[in-house]
Amino acid sequence: MELTTVWFALIAVLWIGYFTLEGFDFGVGMLLPVIARNDTERRVLYNTVGPVWDGNEVWVLVAGGATFAAFPEWYATLFSGFYLPLLLILLALIIRNLAFEYRAKKDDDTWRRNWDLSLTVGSFVPALLWGVAFANIVAGVPIDTHKEFTGTLFTLLNPYGLLGGVVTLLLFATHGAMFIALKTDGEIRHRARALSVQLGLGAAVAAVVFLVWTQAKTGSASSAVAFVLAAAALVSGIFAAWKGREGWAFVGTFVTIALSVAGLFLALFPNVMPSTTSDAFSLTTTNASATGYTLTVMTWVAAVFTPFVLLYQGWTYWVFRKRIATHHIPTTKPALETAGAR
Amino acid sequence: MDVTDIARWQFGIITVYHFLFVPITIGTSAIVAAFQTAWVRTGREEYLRLTKFFGKLFLINFAIGVVTGIVQEFQFGMNWSDYSRFVGDIFGAPLAIEGLLAFFLESTFLGLWIFGWGKLPRNVHAATIWMVHIGTLFSSYFILAANSWMQHPVGYKYDAATGRAELTDFWAVMFNKVQLVTFPHVVLAAYMTGGAFVMGVAAYLHLKERRQVATESDAPLYLKAVRIGAAVTLFAGLGVAISGDLQGKVMTEVQPMKMAAAEALYDTEKPASFSVFTWGTPDGKQEKFAIKVPRLLSFLATGSTSGKVQGINQLRDQYKSKYGEDPGAKYYSPGDYTPIIPVTYWSFRFMIGLGVFAAAGAALILLVTRNGGRPKGTWWPRLAIALPIATVLANSWGWLFTEMGRQPWAVFGLMTTQQAVSPGVSVFEAWVSIIALTLLYAVLAVVEFGLMWRYIKLGAPAYEEPPDHADTDDDRPLAFAY
Repeated sequence: MELTTVWFALIAVLWIGYFTLEGFDFGVGMLLPVIARNDTERRVLYNTVGPVWDGNEVWVLVAGGATFAAFPEWYATLFSGFYLPLLLILLALIIRNLAFEYRAKKDDDTWRRNWDLSLTVGSFVPALLWGVAFANIVAGVPIDTHKEFTGTLFTLLNPYGLLGGVVTLLLFATHGAMFIALKTDGEIRHRARALSVQLGLGAAVAAVVFLVWTQAKTGSASSAVAFVLAAAALVSGIFAAWKGREGWAFVGTFVTIALSVAGLFLALFPNVMPSTTSDAFSLTTTNASATGYTLTVMTWVAAVFTPFVLLYQGWTYWVFRKRIATHHIPTTKPALETAGAR
Repeated sequence: MDVTDIARWQFGIITVYHFLFVPITIGTSAIVAAFQTAWVRTGREEYLRLTKFFGKLFLINFAIGVVTGIVQEFQFGMNWSDYSRFVGDIFGAPLAIEGLLAFFLESTFLGLWIFGWGKLPRNVHAATIWMVHIGTLFSSYFILAANSWMQHPVGYKYDAATGRAELTDFWAVMFNKVQLVTFPHVVLAAYMTGGAFVMGVAAYLHLKERRQVATESDAPLYLKAVRIGAAVTLFAGLGVAISGDLQGKVMTEVQPMKMAAAEALYDTEKPASFSVFTWGTPDGKQEKFAIKVPRLLSFLATGSTSGKVQGINQLRDQYKSKYGEDPGAKYYSPGDYTPIIPVTYWSFRFMIGLGVFAAAGAALILLVTRNGGRPKGTWWPRLAIALPIATVLANSWGWLFTEMGRQPWAVFGLMTTQQAVSPGVSVFEAWVSIIALTLLYAVLAVVEFGLMWRYIKLGAPAYEEPPDHADTDDDRPLAFAY
């Protein structure tokens, strides 16, 4: 296989890692005001993702860095072209991350309310905008002969793009609800499971329309297989949640997200950013890539170090595998009595 | 202002801001790890209390470093897309490797450390904070290798067909001679900053404790932390001086204009003297008053007290014949290929001056506190409180010097800053970005300093035996929860 193809696949894997993992972080953040009914329950939700959200987020940083290294033209066109949505995502991630770190550091209701709002908004915005961005990448945007994006913000806000955003939003919310049902105990668990079924049905409708539309637009035989399997996984996941099998339900949305992203990349290949201005201006795995030497170096680095990353990230999930319920939340005021406890 | 101006200001603002927090993260993570290791080994309560106290401050600081780091990763593509196209084949690799090797390590093990009290065996738990620290060192290495390549491009060829620089030797980039002196300089400066942070905070609390008449005073605990912080500051400071000296010689060799601009040396001198202070005309072209140390610049630049140091005017002619007319001359600077001289001149002096002040201050504090007990006087704790501020500012001035001194180049000799900017980004977009980020960062600064101050005032928490990890009671409350 060509190294450019290998790296296209690896970047797809990084985005799959990002959306399957941070997807449920986003879901937990968005559902905070819906599922939690008091402060202790809100703290339960924060703590379900507490030890892992930061590691989950690194996947997008590595995806960005790997795109820069392996497909510099793609990195340059994408990030300078999708400027304002990306800026919004960055701002959202900043306030969201700080909500995790700072919320418990002051015993004050206004302080907590502000950070809760930051977490919810900061999860909602990227969950929506990543979908809009990816739909537009797959559908193509106006790109000129210098590989420059020539559209505006409103070019990206087309019906297909917006539907893509709605799909990621609903999928991540469902994924988050499945995760909460799997990681908590007591009333929250049941509330989350009931909600995951409702959200899942909504997500399924939106996702099927979107995936069929994508398949009709740019699909290949392989993307069709991925999309059909993704839809099957989603339906199975919802069924498992309805039956009370929370582990399988979570696996269901996990696989759904992974296969949907894989399908989008398969529909994209061999383009990385098609141009709607002229096919000749499309960025492809070959005309946007780094040199063979750089790709070789990067392949070695990835081959040697990725197993370690997977190993220790997996270990973290093992260490913090237990369910969390309201009685696990320490009753002492977090800011004062346990100052220095972390 | 056009997009280039705005993009430069944005890069300056958000990068300097980011780097206020980074050295504290690097330095303090090592010190906290050392405290925790000392506790695991000796079982002495004071080390656990210091671990928890400084660990908390470390985390408050780290959070801002992380979120502002995300912006760094993406702004090359957003504001500097032509730069990204031109250098991506070389510059992208260290960035990607930084993510894979460093960011995963830092964030995953930080989660394990924060939530791992009572869940992991004690020595394994202490190892997790060491892993975080190792992650910060990896991160420094790769990002500095990328920056060193901009200062002194190596291991590449220019491909006329693709119009970009392409990697030919990865190891040359990793072991760039600029990198080999920059990495120790920056990391040691970070240790210096972390040491000064621990020293300053502990000195404040020591002073506060001394004023209390309570029988059980924590004054000795904080005094111990003062001395540990001061020792780190002093020894790292010596290393900063040595590596900085080596760096100056490499810089003179690869970017002679930067050294000339650091000294505002207009005409070649042999031997060259170093001016400690110069008061000149506002354009920086004529001096009115100066304090000079004979032959010092020759030594700094060449290692010999009689070495020749080239002046700005001679270098400008050399650069012109080598690189042609400066495409950014009218835009950037008073003369072709010349950085803004007052900026380079003063930033160089502030960096050195503040660094020397911090190291000397730390030495003095070690001296005053050498007998332990209750050293008298309030001047030394006050001095100790000033030193972390000095080190943080010295870091900022150092970066301002090295980045401004490279102008008009983005990549020395290959690409000017003006050529690097994104052609497709509008002035409106660039304004939205810089305003939104600056405002948000300002709010974060208020929140961060507020929290930091709050937790410093609380002081080290009382000793509390951490739960035993072997206790598998599923219903006990979490040792730590958000």
